[in-house]
Amino acid sequence: MKERVYDTVYLSEKDFETGRVLYETWVPNARYAWDAGIAIGRYLAELKAGRLVGVHCPSCGRILVPPRMFCQDCFVPTDGFVPLQDTGTVVTFSICNVRWDMVRLEHPLIPAVIAIDGASPGMGILHLLGEVDPQAVRVGMRVRAVWKPPEEREGAITDIRYFKPLE
Amino acid sequence: MARNRVAIVGAGMTKFVRRAQETAKELAWEAASKALESCEMTLDDIDAVVIGTAPEAFDGVHMKSEYLSDGCGGWGKPVIRGYVGGGTGVFAPIQGWYHVASGLFDTVLVVCEEKMSSCQPHPQGAFLTIFDHTTERPLGPNLLWIFALEMNAYMTRYGLSKRDIALVSVKNKRNAADHPAALLGDPNITVEDVLNSEVLAWPVQRLDVSPVTDGAVAVVMAAEHVARRVTNKPVWVEGVGWCLDTAYWTNRDLSYPTYVEEAARMAYKMAGITEPRKQIHIAEPYDPFDYKELHHLEGLLLFDKGKAPEATALGITQRDGDLPVCPSGGLLGVGNPIAAAGLMKVAELFWQLRGEAGARQVPGQPKRGVAQAWGDLMQVGTVIVLGV
Repeated sequence: MKERVYDTVYLSEKDFETGRVLYETWVPNARYAWDAGIAIGRYLAELKAGRLVGVHCPSCGRILVPPRMFCQDCFVPTDGFVPLQDTGTVVTFSICNVRWDMVRLEHPLIPAVIAIDGASPGMGILHLLGEVDPQAVRVGMRVRAVWKPPEEREGAITDIRYFKPLE
Repeated sequence: MARNRVAIVGAGMTKFVRRAQETAKELAWEAASKALESCEMTLDDIDAVVIGTAPEAFDGVHMKSEYLSDGCGGWGKPVIRGYVGGGTGVFAPIQGWYHVASGLFDTVLVVCEEKMSSCQPHPQGAFLTIFDHTTERPLGPNLLWIFALEMNAYMTRYGLSKRDIALVSVKNKRNAADHPAALLGDPNITVEDVLNSEVLAWPVQRLDVSPVTDGAVAVVMAAEHVARRVTNKPVWVEGVGWCLDTAYWTNRDLSYPTYVEEAARMAYKMAGITEPRKQIHIAEPYDPFDYKELHHLEGLLLFDKGKAPEATALGITQRDGDLPVCPSGGLLGVGNPIAAAGLMKVAELFWQLRGEAGARQVPGQPKRGVAQAWGDLMQVGTVIVLGV
């Protein structure tokens, strides 16, 4: 099938090294003001108060987090907010050494999916782990939220600095 | 439901390269012209055009398919662009199929193009906005996180080692050494090379992942009466399926791609496949990361859950094994220009089933193959079954 491949022209490593590349560059100016929404609006307000909340689905009976206005499985409105604990279990994690543009990080980040206590099984949220040796992190590890002090909270997911291992 | 029979009758592609000198439009034309030439057709013979291409953010061009359309032969014709993230490259021929199966058109040119190299400093930047803007983006995620989290969930569930998974990368990069369009073919790569490569986001290392690539692929699809006139070796579309899972990805079981299974069941039912392990002779599952090939083989019901690594270690998925998997070299070996990479898999089945794959030819005259792609926020599966 060689004859079905076009003889595409491409740049060699040497072309990059010697700057034999013509660029036309453009930086987008894209600014957005997002609404938090009905369910996440309340989630953020509760985070500011130092609490995690989920929502209850009257159809399947599950307690869902992050909160949502409707249960996507049952396609019915959820019927109320439910207080959750600020503890949970590591479902999966990574030890990330690079930024999005592939620049090496001095200290690795440890993103994790954390199943929150008080929500239905498997209900995880994305957050970071901290105050832990990266090599010691395990799936199934029990963790607790480390909150910013009340005066620094702004109603954001980052009002929790990270989750750290429970003793 | 009454449907017309649809065949693929031609295929062509560009080389897959790190950075092409061609513009996106020129790459699209190179692939489209090669596909038309392969079946001795011209643009006048084409009724409609399907364009597959990933985010506008890669190119910095809004309405990207309109920009590409001239290179895709879309001028003065009905044109549609479908976009389901990484799943696009297999979704585009599914769209081509229903254009023809419906009876609306007799011939469709399907062109998938991706030029990732334009996006600076790294095209990962174009993916950052797939995360939830309020609950996830403030944590500073990058795209590698979701793959690393999913890979770790898969490894933990079945007690797999990095070595078990690295075998996929070795197999595919070696297979690609025989592909004339490949960016990353390497006949001598070893498991140790993969295990010793830079750790990006553990468990993901440099050689576990396919790199930024530019390229384009095109196929010509035709109704039966046209296909039989154009070629004596039509490759029939026997089944198609696609499925999307919830975007609440942190609530899902990341160790198994249920949405791929749903898509596969839809395609197998249409193709009359009741025992995929016996009835499928070649598989081209989506492999942007080595563990994804294993994940997807299980979702495609070709191996039991957690058993694809063992099959790989036993050589079953080698080109001369019982079920050749990614004989092309896959995304890990040929390269990963998102939408074009998925259609490359469909083109590979086309060449394999016609016995035209050259040094990559799977022995034993394979009669049926499955190609699959995957994307969005780890949530879409697109599946096509081809046969002769």
